Amino acid sequence: MDWYPLWNSLRIALISCAAVFFLGIFAAYYIAKLPRTVKGVLDVILTLPMVLPPTVVGYFLLLLFGAKRPLGIFFMEHFGVKLVMNWYSAIFASIVVAFPLMYRTARGAFESFDETLAWSAQTLGQSGAWIFWRVRMPYCRQGILAGTVLAFARALGEYGATSMIAGYTPGKTATIATTVYQLWRTNDEAGAMRWVLVDIVISAVVLLAVNLLEKKQKAGGRA
Amino acid sequence: MSLEVNIEKKLNGFTLRSEFTAGDTATALLGASGCGKSMTLRCIAGIVKPDMGRIVLDGRVLFDSEQHIDLPPQQRGVGLLFQNYALFPNMTVEQNILCGLKAEKDKAARKARCEEMLRAMRLEELASRRPAELSGGQQQRTALARILVGKPKILMLDEPFSALDSYLREEVEGEVGALLAGFSGTALLVTHNRDEAYRLCPEMIVMDGGRVLRAGATKAVFADPQSTTAARLTGCKNILPCTRVDEHTVQLTGWNAPLHLAARVPEGCTAVGIRAHDFAPCAPGAPNALPVQRLSTSENPFDWNVIFAAPDGTTRLWWKVSKANLDAAAPAAPQCLAAAPESIMPLVDSRPAR
Repeated sequence: MDWYPLWNSLRIALISCAAVFFLGIFAAYYIAKLPRTVKGVLDVILTLPMVLPPTVVGYFLLLLFGAKRPLGIFFMEHFGVKLVMNWYSAIFASIVVAFPLMYRTARGAFESFDETLAWSAQTLGQSGAWIFWRVRMPYCRQGILAGTVLAFARALGEYGATSMIAGYTPGKTATIATTVYQLWRTNDEAGAMRWVLVDIVISAVVLLAVNLLEKKQKAGGRA
Repeated sequence: MSLEVNIEKKLNGFTLRSEFTAGDTATALLGASGCGKSMTLRCIAGIVKPDMGRIVLDGRVLFDSEQHIDLPPQQRGVGLLFQNYALFPNMTVEQNILCGLKAEKDKAARKARCEEMLRAMRLEELASRRPAELSGGQQQRTALARILVGKPKILMLDEPFSALDSYLREEVEGEVGALLAGFSGTALLVTHNRDEAYRLCPEMIVMDGGRVLRAGATKAVFADPQSTTAARLTGCKNILPCTRVDEHTVQLTGWNAPLHLAARVPEGCTAVGIRAHDFAPCAPGAPNALPVQRLSTSENPFDWNVIFAAPDGTTRLWWKVSKANLDAAAPAAPQCLAAAPESIMPLVDSRPAR
């Protein structure tokens, strides 16, 4: 059995999850502070990829990154990099579809933050960065952890936009999700089943790890 | 060592216009909820920016809208105790206290000062606990330790006892009282409880509707609140509408006899205040005698509350009679009550223009 799709899926999910972690927290932190109307508009725009069909997301990505599109041409001319139909092309797709999950859960967590904690830290002389990393993030860690896991799971399971922007090339752009479809399409039912099982095992392990982590935190005691 | 505040800030529903000075004695900011007293503390701390005005602490300008000075909270040297104590839930008592030592860079000195503070606040045994594992009183001591360890120039306490169970309150109040008395700098205590203000602070400022109504020595404010609102906030139960007759006489609404006051009655006096403890039964026709009719009596552990009606049937009078012991019988309802001229406080109407 060729394990390339597993390795490819994991690296795509990990890289996009890491990117989404910072992007989502950054967006959530700054947007939570904005006036209500601006917040409402940005909220709709940033959450849209969650409800749109993945093929629509893929369409927009191709409009941006396609070989004959401005960004695609720019990267080809200056860096010799083809943005589509490569293994890393799927990262763009995963980031876009996973971002809303991280953003929304992190924003919910930031909005429930007790602002008097930040104020008291300020009067104690602590800097904004200190307050963010030592007080705000630990206080909101449950929401942020939940968002990270959801984003990772979504990135791992991404199919629609990925198949449009990265396609399916065995040993190159194949991921678990695209492999399952390809094998099923070519009547290799047993092969498809193997990858389905692999996917279920990974997802179960991730969810189990989260549950254990949460239990450990609760046992550790926290307000 | 002094604090000068003169700020203005538009808030939901009213404009805060806080103007007062406070010296080295503990000063209470007394007012009903939503009168702007907590907001005043936040403006001093730099968490909230006033629309205009000036805040000066020990000669150092913290805020001045004309000179465009607005020091961040980190540079103000202000200690503010929040109502909920705002302890960092993810840190132990010791780590929380170390957060107050931002200015001290030397590791050994940090440790020594933290340990000294743990000892002073009786927190040594609790040093490795998290806030969720502490009682309300212990949380408050931790929050105070975290503030005091940084040696602030001013100590501000925002309703420090409101989050505590009533049985804990008196004990904690005693500790905070000792701390306030021993603090070498300006100390402000925000409260809506006149008893707290009276017990803990030799000076007080009465606020209402975003304005300072009355400031001065606590005893002087209680003896002569000057306005109906300040009288009510200092716990005066009987605020009786009246018209001024002359320098030392008023005519109460609801009674026919004039009432004589020791204090000078100002022009514009619309009411007099008489504390419920200051009445005594008397014979009809005695000086300041007010004929009354008893409506109801209720019993407290240590005093009786008797409520009377004036002859006009609408005005109410509260009389409090201390009990010698728990079983003391209810006082017989007198025909008349009188208050000594010295204990009648002339008041002017003070509802602020909003």
